[in-house]
Formats: sequence, C-alpha cells, structure tokens
Amino acid sequence: MKKVKAVVLRTAGTNCDEETVYALKVAGAQTKSMHINQILKKENPFLNYQILVIPGGFSYGDDISAGKILANELKYKLYASLKDFVEKGNLVLGICNGFQVLVKSGLLPGITVMEEEQLVTLSGNDSGKFEARWVYLKTGKFKCQNLWTKGMKEIIYLPIAHAEGKFICKNKLLLDKLKKNGQIIFQYVDKEGSLSGYPDNPNGSVFNIAAICNKKGNVMGMMPHPERYINKHHHPRWTRKKLPEEGDGIFLFKNAVDFAEKNLV
Amino acid sequence: MKRVEHIDILTANERKLQKISKDNLLALGLKEMKVIQRYYKKKKRNPTDVELETLAQTWSEHCKHKTFTGKVEYRSFDCSPASLYKGKREGKITINNLFKQTIVKVTSELKKKWCLSVFKDNAGIIRFDKDFAIAFKVETHNHPSALEPYGGAGTGIGGVIRDILGAGLGAKPIMNTDVFCFGPTDYPFGKLPQGVLHPKRIFKGVVSGVRDYGNRMGIPTTNGSVFFDEGYVYNPLVYCGTVGILPKDKCFKKVKPGDVIIAVGGRTGRDGIHGATFSSLSLNEDTEVSAVQIGNPIIEKKVTDTILQARDRNLYRSITDCGAGGFSSAVGELGEDCGAEVNLECIPLKYAGLEYWEIWVSEAQERMVLSVPPEKVKEIMKIFAEEDVEAVIIGKFTDDKQLHLLYEGETVCELDMQFLHKGGPKITLKAEWKKPVKSSGQIKIKKENREGLTDTLKKLLAMPNIASKEWIIRQYDHEVQAKTILKPLGGAENDGPMDACVMKPLYDSFKGVAVANGINPVYGKIDPYWMAASNIDEALRNVVCVGGDIEQTALLDNFCWGDPRKPDQMAGLLRAAQACYDMAKIYQTPFISGKDSLNNEYVDAQGKKTSIPSTLLISAISIVPDIRKVVSMDIKKAGNLVYILGETFPELGGSHYYLLNGFLGNNLPRVNPQQAGKTMLAVSKAINKKLVQSCHDCSEGGIAVACAEMAFSGGLGMNINLTEVPFTEKKKDDSTILFSESNSRFIVEVSPAQQKEFEKTMKDVVIAPIGKVTEEKQFKVYGIKNDLIIFADIADLKKSWQKPLI
Repeated sequence: MKKVKAVVLRTAGTNCDEETVYALKVAGAQTKSMHINQILKKENPFLNYQILVIPGGFSYGDDISAGKILANELKYKLYASLKDFVEKGNLVLGICNGFQVLVKSGLLPGITVMEEEQLVTLSGNDSGKFEARWVYLKTGKFKCQNLWTKGMKEIIYLPIAHAEGKFICKNKLLLDKLKKNGQIIFQYVDKEGSLSGYPDNPNGSVFNIAAICNKKGNVMGMMPHPERYINKHHHPRWTRKKLPEEGDGIFLFKNAVDFAEKNLV
Repeated sequence: MKRVEHIDILTANERKLQKISKDNLLALGLKEMKVIQRYYKKKKRNPTDVELETLAQTWSEHCKHKTFTGKVEYRSFDCSPASLYKGKREGKITINNLFKQTIVKVTSELKKKWCLSVFKDNAGIIRFDKDFAIAFKVETHNHPSALEPYGGAGTGIGGVIRDILGAGLGAKPIMNTDVFCFGPTDYPFGKLPQGVLHPKRIFKGVVSGVRDYGNRMGIPTTNGSVFFDEGYVYNPLVYCGTVGILPKDKCFKKVKPGDVIIAVGGRTGRDGIHGATFSSLSLNEDTEVSAVQIGNPIIEKKVTDTILQARDRNLYRSITDCGAGGFSSAVGELGEDCGAEVNLECIPLKYAGLEYWEIWVSEAQERMVLSVPPEKVKEIMKIFAEEDVEAVIIGKFTDDKQLHLLYEGETVCELDMQFLHKGGPKITLKAEWKKPVKSSGQIKIKKENREGLTDTLKKLLAMPNIASKEWIIRQYDHEVQAKTILKPLGGAENDGPMDACVMKPLYDSFKGVAVANGINPVYGKIDPYWMAASNIDEALRNVVCVGGDIEQTALLDNFCWGDPRKPDQMAGLLRAAQACYDMAKIYQTPFISGKDSLNNEYVDAQGKKTSIPSTLLISAISIVPDIRKVVSMDIKKAGNLVYILGETFPELGGSHYYLLNGFLGNNLPRVNPQQAGKTMLAVSKAINKKLVQSCHDCSEGGIAVACAEMAFSGGLGMNINLTEVPFTEKKKDDSTILFSESNSRFIVEVSPAQQKEFEKTMKDVVIAPIGKVTEEKQFKVYGIKNDLIIFADIADLKKSWQKPLI
C-alpha cells in the first residue's frame, strides 16, 4: 500500500513543529516539515501530499494579531494550490496558532471552500492572559460521521496553551449553521461532560467551541494540542492513575492517516 | 570619515585616571587603569576609545569575575569554617582565586567521567546517553530588571537561551527554569525612594517579560520559584536557566586561523551599551535605562532553527553568543588563542548614527558569532537566507594574536590578545567574619492552643514564599515540545507543587532529566555557610524526590551578593563558596557551571547604600534512568503508610515559623552531608525499586507544611503522630517538631504490602512511620502528648495555600 504523506508547515515563530511531526509519524504518515519560503518557491507545493498541518507557535510573533501574517501568506500567495488541495478532499489540520491561521485565511469555517471574508475569530482569552492547562473536550454529536473523531471516546482530555483562543462567530445565524452542519468538533466541558464556565472553558469561547471543521469536514482547526498527549506519560496525573498507553491525542492523527490511506492515496 | 578618537592617559595622574574611568563608565579601578597606562607607555601611544572600551568590557566584574579569581585575606572570629582553618586556632587565611580553590576544585577532585565540559564554555555539559549530552546554564539579569522589568527579564531569558545555543557547537533548548526574588508585594508606597519601582510592578513586569520571551521561543518553562524579602525592594533578582540537548560529538569547538567570522541574527543598535560595566556598578536614581537591551524572541527563534541545521551539517567550527560586552566579548573570546580582525562597518545596524565603539560593545540581542571555514561560507549563508535570517561576514580569525579592528579602512584598535585576556591585575580583597549579633535573647512565642497550631499552619501555607505560584505557572507554556513528564503542578486536581520537573528529551528513549533549585536567603542573614549547605541539600532533595539518580547529579552555583569590597560581604561570599566545596565533595555532586552577580546594592539620594540579602541559588540537574518510575509528591491511596526519613533538630533559626512571628533567630538548619548522602541514595534506590508511592521534601514550614501539601495535592486525608518523629533532643515541643526546617528530610508514602522491603532498603537511614493516608479528607496531627493539635479539612488548607499572590 502506498504510504500517506504529510507536510508540517513552519515559519518564523512556529514552535510545535517537532512534536507534530513526531505525532504524525507515530500515526503512520511519512512526514516532512517544510518552511514557508521553501513552499512558496514550488510550483505545486502540496502535490503528492494528503495531509497538511499548520502547527502551534507564534507565527511572526503574532504581531498584528495571532496568526494573521501567515494567514495572509496562505490567502494571497498560496490561494490556488491550497484551494485545489482542499477541493480534492485532502486534509488540513490547524492546531492552536494553526487554527488561528485557518480562520484568518478563510479556510475555516469553510461554508464555501475559501471564505472571502473572515467569519469567525479567536480573540483574547476572557482571563486576559496566556493560560496553559488541561481541558476536557466533548466530541461533537456528529462524531461518527466525522473523519477526525471517528471511534473516539465521548470525552477526551488535552492541554491548551494560548492567549487568544476565545472562539467567536460573526453572528448567531452562522453559529446555528455550524451547529446544523455538524461543524463543531470539540466543546470545552467539565469532567462529567456538561458545558461549563471558566476554567473548564479556559478562554470564554462562545458555545464552548474548541474546534471546528469546514462543511465538507476535511479542514479542521482546534485550540487544544493533540500532539501533546501521545502517550500516557504526557498526562498530568499519570503518576497516580492507571491509564492506557496511548494518549487521547494520537487518535486524531491516526484517524486522519487512516482516512487518507483509504480515500486519498 | 571620522578621525579615530584617542584618550590621553599617558600623561594622566592617578586622579585623572580615575576620572577617565568614571566619566566613560568603564568601571575600572585605579590599579587596572595603571596597568593599562603602563601597557600604552610601552606602546608609546595613547589608547583609542574603542581599545579602552574593549579592555573595560573584558575586564569587567561581569565578564572576568575579578572577585572570585582574585586574592582574599580572610579572618574569622571563631576560626570557622573548620574545613578552611584545618585546626588552626587563629590568624588569617589567604586564598588565591576563590573560584579555583572551591567550586572548580571539587569538580576536578571528583573526576566524574560523565562531566563532559565544565566551566570552560557558555554552559556546563554532562553525558546523557551514549549519543547525547545535556547542557545547563543559569544566568542572572538583575540590574536591567530593576530598571525595566519587562524588557530586562525578557532579555534575561533570551540571553541564557543563547548560552545554550552557544554551548559546545550548539544545543537545542528543551526547558527553562526561572527563579525570582522580589520585595513584598504589599510594600508601602510611601517608603519607596524616588526612582525605585514598586515590587508589585517589578513582579508583574518580570513575569510577563519571561512569559512572552519563553513562550514565543517554544521552550517550556517547567520549573522555578519565587522568594519575597524586603531586602529585594531596591534590587530584585531574576535568575533564568535553560537546559539543552546536543549530540555528544558536538560538545567541543575550536577556531582555526583563516576562518571567517560571521555574525548571525539581530541587528546592532544603541540598546545595551555598557551593560557589562553597568552591572558591575551600584544602581542609583540616575542610572541610565539605555543600558537595558531590547529583545525580539522571534529573531532568536529563527536563529535557533537555522543554527541547529548548520550544526548538523558541520558548517562551522566554533560558536558563541553576543552577551555582555557584545562583539567585544564574543569575538574577543573566540579569537583569544589566535587573533581576530573585524571590519566594524560590515556589522548591520538597526539605524544609522552609531559610533564605531558603540557598534563594538553594544549588547543588542539575538546575535551569535560563528567561526566558519571559508569553503563552507556559501552553504551556511544559504541556510540563513532561506529562512530570512540576517548573516554577514564581519572579519576573519588570524594567527597574529592581535585584536585588530577597522572602521571604514582605518585601524581603530590594535590590542594584544594576551594583554586583553591575561593582562588584568589581580585584585586583593579583605574578608572578615565577625561574631553575629544574637537576636534578642530567648525567643518566646505565645503558647499556642489547639486551634492555634491549625491556624499557624494555615498562615504558613499562605505566606508568599510557601503559597501556590499557580498564577505565574499557568502563564508559562510548560508543555510545548511534548517532553514534560513531571509538570510544575500535579496531583488529583493538577494544582499541587511538584518538587522538581522531569523532562524526556528524546521521543524514542525513556531516559530523562530532573531539574530543581534550592534557594533560601533568610538563612544567609544568619550564616552564608549554612545557607549554601542548605540550598545544596534542598536542590538535591528535590531531584531525588522525583526519581533523579543522586549519583548522576550536577550542580550550578549562582551567587548574587552586595559589594565584595566590604569585608563582611566578602567573608559571607567566601563562606558560601567553601560550603559549596565541602558539601559537593561529600555528596559527590560536581559543579559544572555558575555565575556571580556582585554589587547588587542601591545608593539613594543621600548616598546611603543598601545591599541585597546575600543570595545563592543552587540548581541541580539529575539523570532519571527511567521516567516510567518517576514519583510525584501527591499522596495516592488511603491506607498507605507515611514515613519520615532523616532526623529533626531544634533548628528554627531563619524558619518561616519564626518569620511569621517576627523573629529571625540564630539556630539555623545545618547539614550532615555524610548522613544526608546515605538518605538520598536510599531514596533513589527505593524509587528505582518502585517502593515509593509519593515523596516530598521538608523545606520552608517543616514537616507540617510538607505533609499538608502532600495531603491536599492528593485529595486525601492524613493522620500524623509527632511522638514517632525522630527528634534529636530530649526536651521537645510540638511547634519545634512541626516547623523546624532541618535539612535532609523526606516524607514518603509507602503501600503496606511493600512495608518490609521499603524498610530493608532504608537500613542505613533514620526512618520512622509517622502516620497514615486516610479516606476522609481531613488533616490531623497528634502532638507529643498524643493530643490532637492540628485538625483541618484539606480543602481549607488548600484554600489558604492558594491565597492570591498579587
């Protein structure tokens, strides 16, 4: 069988590339990390790849606003090849800063393939500061249909680390659309799985939204870091609890690779 | 073109020499100025401005460590420490080069094979496994943080990260540790002298400065501590440390004459002029803020990304960072053995208008200097260009042992490397240890009633030095890189204070490193000797607690002191350094790197000088043979037994219990390193045999605080009985046993099924079972008369401990 190929895009200030590459490799993808300058030089940079990941970090220092400059590079310099990549059903995953890039470039919420204007955003946390903590996430009720969360537990546990993660929609209509389309992939919840406030919802996101995908489902953005919970020793309480060897985060990457293997290579 | 500026020193008398040093902020003493004068008399010319600046930077206390390498004449009223007087009953002791006689000496005597590079490079390097090594360095950035907390602290972390990037042929940073000392956050505004920032403002500024730099660099901040004391109101201390990993065959570097000098990274500006010399002087209300550097973490991140690529492709022979003294120190150090020639106009500037000497000494951030073989220049430049990192050729290394600087074709500096690096005169300092003034007689603390001790415990838990630092910790990304195995906070609700952090540097290996710190300046107010001993013990206890191997543990020293020209300050410094030797020798834990920051004092408008409490930070780094055996401090299961390891002495001097009651006291905790070493070895063994469920050391607040922290972190109750605690005196009382801060003690949770085997492992150690973990969430302590003296819900204790810091 042909091997799934993934590319992790990095630029000045990207800093979660190493562990994201590792997670993809563990999940079975042949993975390469590439600098944006390298990508921009190529005619058809994403040819032969099935998965594109934009990892976390502070791209260009998050100057202007988080992810904005890299988003503009995608939107204005890579528009054609990205649009083609997404239309062909390939997978795009944005984590943390990558999620910020996806919403600011128009790849998300992706009601159409690439939105002309920005419809949702990730603004400053309600607490007013950068926060690093673990959160419980409920997989959306469309999880069985969704390629990213297929077969996942109802509630998973992942860390967040950001200053700008509060998900906001342009208007209620759009929020309803996201709900209706099943585009809400993860919501912040308490231990028992009910929607709740700070610190369970660490940033004050509307409708506790932690992750969304585009309408088609092949582009996903999330604030929590799945690459930081690959095996049990990443869990904050592994010294006091019996836990499965594999962490909740790895399943997301495995699902992506599985899907790509079956449908894209 | 501007003519070269010469400064007339040939005809200057002593007063004039001193004036030249002062007017140009050179921070050179008369003796040094005279040596310089003699050198130029031989050369039959006056120095240029840039030559004098270069000498001042290179000979600064900051770069040269004159105090530590100078000569000390020491007297002590009681002929202590005994290890120094060696039975002599009187007289003075003369020490040539304190640093070599204590800290360096112990490392060379211990001859640990796993110490790969010590005291030579930008960081200490130890063996990790057969392919990799670990570099560790802790720096201070105190003066800048006092003036401009955000920028000062940010560039502090930026600087130590570059030390790691410049260690060997470059290590990849994998974690940061930060230790801060501030004035009390409730310090009255009215008492602040003009120009001094309020501790609260410094606190917030420093925390955000380190946060914004460290987080952007993608390096997890996994360990740290904060100490509050009135002595830090004028001079806060900011310690920043970084750990890196590098291939074992990349630990050494050597410049070759003919190599090209390439400057990489940030541009040079007027920020940070005279940083090195300024940090060697006292602060006052007129101190210039231009001495503080301006940081940009994204440039440093890009530099890191590209340098590691160049390293792996063997494209350079040597590397160092531009820290204090800027290019002057960086090129000066790299070219020390051969010589260097630099064209100053080639150095890219942030803006026009810099004098050539400013270019040379500016401490602008994010710059690295490389020694590149000419045939590799093209390839290395391509790597930098591809990721938009500015890199330029600024000169070459020569073989004439000269430092030759040109500006637009004209020679502006010609100095012998030998004179520059070895020509500085040794200084002689006097040190005198006087009998301390006894604090006011017998200390009487009101006899607490039952309610009283519970209340005292809650108050202790809420003291800022003991209380939760969650407010800070959560602002730091402590998991980026996905290598953090034991996080700064843990336990049932992810909010208990872990003793040390554990990192797993390689994704495909279960080997780890544990990092922890020991700091307690309160003890230093009584005797720096025992402060140093206690701090070493504390740092070691912490790494041992989590599963670090005491036999593969290295230490770093970081001295922050007042003016060493004051005999009492110098005596304290000497005593602390001697304790470092005495303790490390017996623990068998070598020092691999260190730093000193002296002259931490403030001169107010009336000329009154206030120095900081003598402060020594000891950082420990330990190899964790198998991270799957790591132990956390939160108690795990009801029914488990609670043991104490180590003896308790009536040592309340400098304790937080005394501080709470307004006393300092005299009888501070001492260390018996022979016994302590045995205890630590036994703990390491027990953890390795998986006989330990949780383990926590006793430090500030003694047994009471340690047990309470374990209980509320584990979300379970605990019953403790003080009658069982091994106590050295016949006469005993509850509060002394509860709150004494005697060193070398651990509280360990053991499952009943493993009791026998655990006790067998502890056969050389003083241990006693003192209690049990209980299902009901209450913390109960029974006193020596078997009466219930502390009774509280663990939730209440936690609430006190989580009292907001700010």
